[in-house]
Amino acid sequence: MSGMWESRMRESVMREARMSGRRGGAHEGPARGPRGLRGPRDHDVHVDSGTAGLDARLVVERGGFRLDVALAVAPGEVVALLGPNGAGKTTALRALAGLTPLTGGHLRLDGTDLDRRPPESRPVGVVFQDYLLFPHLTALDNVAFGPRCHGATKAEARAQAAAWLDRLGLADHAGARPRRLSGGQAQRVALARALATHPRLLLLDEPLAALDARTRLEVRARLRRHLADFEAVAVLVTHDPLDAMVLADRLVVVEQGRVVQEGTPSDIARHPRTDYIAQLVGLNLYRGEADGHTVRLAEGPALTTTEQLSGPVFVAFPPGAVTLHRTRPTGSSARNLWRCEVNGLETHGDQIRADLTGELPLAADLTTVAATELDLHPGAEVWATVKATQTHAYPV
Amino acid sequence: MTGPNDRPGDTADRIPDGPRSRRVRGGPRSRRVRGGPPSRRLRGGPRAGRVRTGVPLALLLPALLGVAFLTFPLIALLVRTPWQSLPEQLTSAAVWQALRLSLLCATAATAVSLVIGVPLAWLLARVDFPGRGVVRALVTLPLVLPPVVGGVALLMALGRNGIVGQWLDAWFGITLPFTTAGVVVAEAFVAMPFLVISVEGTLRAADPRYEEAAATLGASRFTAFRRVTLPLIAPGIAAGAVLAWARALGEFGATITFAGNFPGRTQTMPLAVYLALQSDPEAAIALSLVLLAVSIAVLAGLRDRWMSAG
Repeated sequence: MSGMWESRMRESVMREARMSGRRGGAHEGPARGPRGLRGPRDHDVHVDSGTAGLDARLVVERGGFRLDVALAVAPGEVVALLGPNGAGKTTALRALAGLTPLTGGHLRLDGTDLDRRPPESRPVGVVFQDYLLFPHLTALDNVAFGPRCHGATKAEARAQAAAWLDRLGLADHAGARPRRLSGGQAQRVALARALATHPRLLLLDEPLAALDARTRLEVRARLRRHLADFEAVAVLVTHDPLDAMVLADRLVVVEQGRVVQEGTPSDIARHPRTDYIAQLVGLNLYRGEADGHTVRLAEGPALTTTEQLSGPVFVAFPPGAVTLHRTRPTGSSARNLWRCEVNGLETHGDQIRADLTGELPLAADLTTVAATELDLHPGAEVWATVKATQTHAYPV
Repeated sequence: MTGPNDRPGDTADRIPDGPRSRRVRGGPRSRRVRGGPPSRRLRGGPRAGRVRTGVPLALLLPALLGVAFLTFPLIALLVRTPWQSLPEQLTSAAVWQALRLSLLCATAATAVSLVIGVPLAWLLARVDFPGRGVVRALVTLPLVLPPVVGGVALLMALGRNGIVGQWLDAWFGITLPFTTAGVVVAEAFVAMPFLVISVEGTLRAADPRYEEAAATLGASRFTAFRRVTLPLIAPGIAAGAVLAWARALGEFGATITFAGNFPGRTQTMPLAVYLALQSDPEAAIALSLVLLAVSIAVLAGLRDRWMSAG
C-alpha cells in the first residue's frame, strides 16, 4: 500500500521535476488549487524572531534520546514534520503543545515566550492522532468544551460550537456521540474542537493515520482546504510522505531527533539528502564527487549525468528509469552500465521492483511481463542501464 | 463415549418437533444432509457431553465441594427461617431501628469515602510523587487489617483521650466514640480502601490523554478532572461505591470496638444479629435474612459489571 503512495507521489514529483515523460495521468497529486489564492507559498518562509509566527528550538532529552529541532513557521504556513517512527516528531508536537516539557531551547509564538506556560494557557489547538474526542459528550459539546474553558457561557459556547460544526459540514451530526461518527467525521469534529479556541498554533498529529485508504483520499483533500483557510501557524506530524506533500507548504524531515532536511515538497522529493527520504520518494540516491558530467561515487563506479557540477554531490534517479538486460547490451547508448545480481523481487503496485546488488546497489522497476521475459529470480545476473538524462545530480 | 451419547440426545431433542423433523430422519442420506438445525445440534448432545466427560474428577470434586460450601449455609439459613413468625419479627421496632441505622451509616460512610477517596485515588493514579508506593500500601492497609485492630487504632487516634480526639473534645466539644458519627467513622475507615483501590484501577485503565486533550483546550487540571475524567470513570466509581457500601453495611469489628453497641445509636444490623443470637435465635435469623436480601440486591445491581465478565 505504501508502495502505491510512493509511486503515486513519485509520479507527481517527476511531473514537477520534468524528469520523466514516461508516466503521467490524472492522479490526486499536489495540484495546488485554492491555496494559490493565499499568496506566496514556496518562498519567503523566513520568520524573524519577535514577530508573528512560530519560532522554536525544541530540545527534549529523555533517556538516551535527544530531540533537537529548530522550527520557524510563518502565519498561514503549513509545515509538516516528516520522519520515520521513533524519530521524535510526536515528541516535538507534544513539546509545542506543552504536554512534554522542554529541557532546552526556546519557544516563541507571535513574539511571546511560551516555554514556561502550561498547556491550558497556550494559544494552541491540537488534533490528536486518534482524535481523543470525549466519548461522554456529543459532537457539539466536544467542540463547545474549549470555549467553555475560555470563559464562555454554556449557551455562547454551544452557539460557537454549532457555527464551527456547520462550517465543517457537520451540522447534522451535532447531537451524535463520538462513537457514532465515521472516521472522517470524527476527524472533522476534532478539527472543529481544536479550532474553536481560536489557536495561533494548530498542531495535527498523524491527522490521517486513523482512516482507511478510501476515506483518506477524501479527508485529505478536505483537510487541505481547511488548512488553507487557517490564518495562523499549522504544524502537522506524519510519517506518510504523500500526506505531507499534499497538506503542507514546507516539509521538515526529522530523523533520530534531528532535522535532516527541510524545504518545499517538490524540492525535497527532487533532492533527497538521506536514504530515508530517497526511499520515501522512491529514488535511488548516491553520494559522490562530481567532475563535469561524471560523478565518481565514494564506493563503486562512476555515473554520467547531464548536469555539469564539481565537488561533492548527490545523484538520484527513479527505479523506473533503470532498464535491465540478461546479457551485456551492445550498441546501447546508455553510458551508465553496471553488472548486478538480483537480490530480491517484490510486487510494487502493478509493477515488480527488483532489488539489485553488485557494482551499484539499486532498485529497479519493471513490468510483470518484462520480469517474466527476463526470467528474473534471486541470484540472476543482470545488466542495468540508466540514461544520463534520467539522472539528476545536485550539490550536497 | 461421546459419540454414542450424542446421537440419542440429538434424536430425543428432535422428536417433540413433530412429523416434519421425523421425516428428516427418514433415510440415511437425508439425515446426513439435513440433520437438524445446526444451532440445535450445538445446544444439544455434544456440548453437554463434553462438560460431563471433559473435566478431570480431581478438579470437579473440589469445585463442587466449593459450590456446596459457599451455598449450603445460606440454604440452611432459609430452611431454618421461622417463616410464620417472620412478618412479626421484621416489623418489630428493634429490627427497623437497627436496619435504618445500618443503611444510614453505611450510606454516610460511602459518601465520606467518595469525597476523600476519589481524589486520593486520582492522586495515586495520576501524580508521580516520591513515596507513592508507601502511601498506597498504607492507604490499603485497612483492607487486610483485622477490623477490631482498626477499631482500637481509631480509639487511640479519635477516642476521648486519643491523640486527635482529646483536642476535638477540648476545642470543639466533639466526641466521636460511642456515637452514631463514630459508627460512620469506623465504617469509612474499613470501607474506603475498597473504593480507593477500585477507582484507582479504573483511573489507570482510563486513557490519561483525554486529560491532555482537555488541557490543550484550556481546561485546568481540576476542570479536566471534573468534566472529563470523572464522567469517564463514573462506572468504576459506582462499582467502588457499591463495594464500599456493602463492606460498610457488614462492618462489625471496628464498629463495636470504636462505637460500641447502643440500640438506636450505634447498634447496626450485624451487631444486632450477634446480640440477638445470644438471646433470641429466631430474631437473629430474621435479621440475617434481611442482610442477605440486601446483599443479593447489591449483587444484582453489579451483575452487568462483574458477573458478565466470564
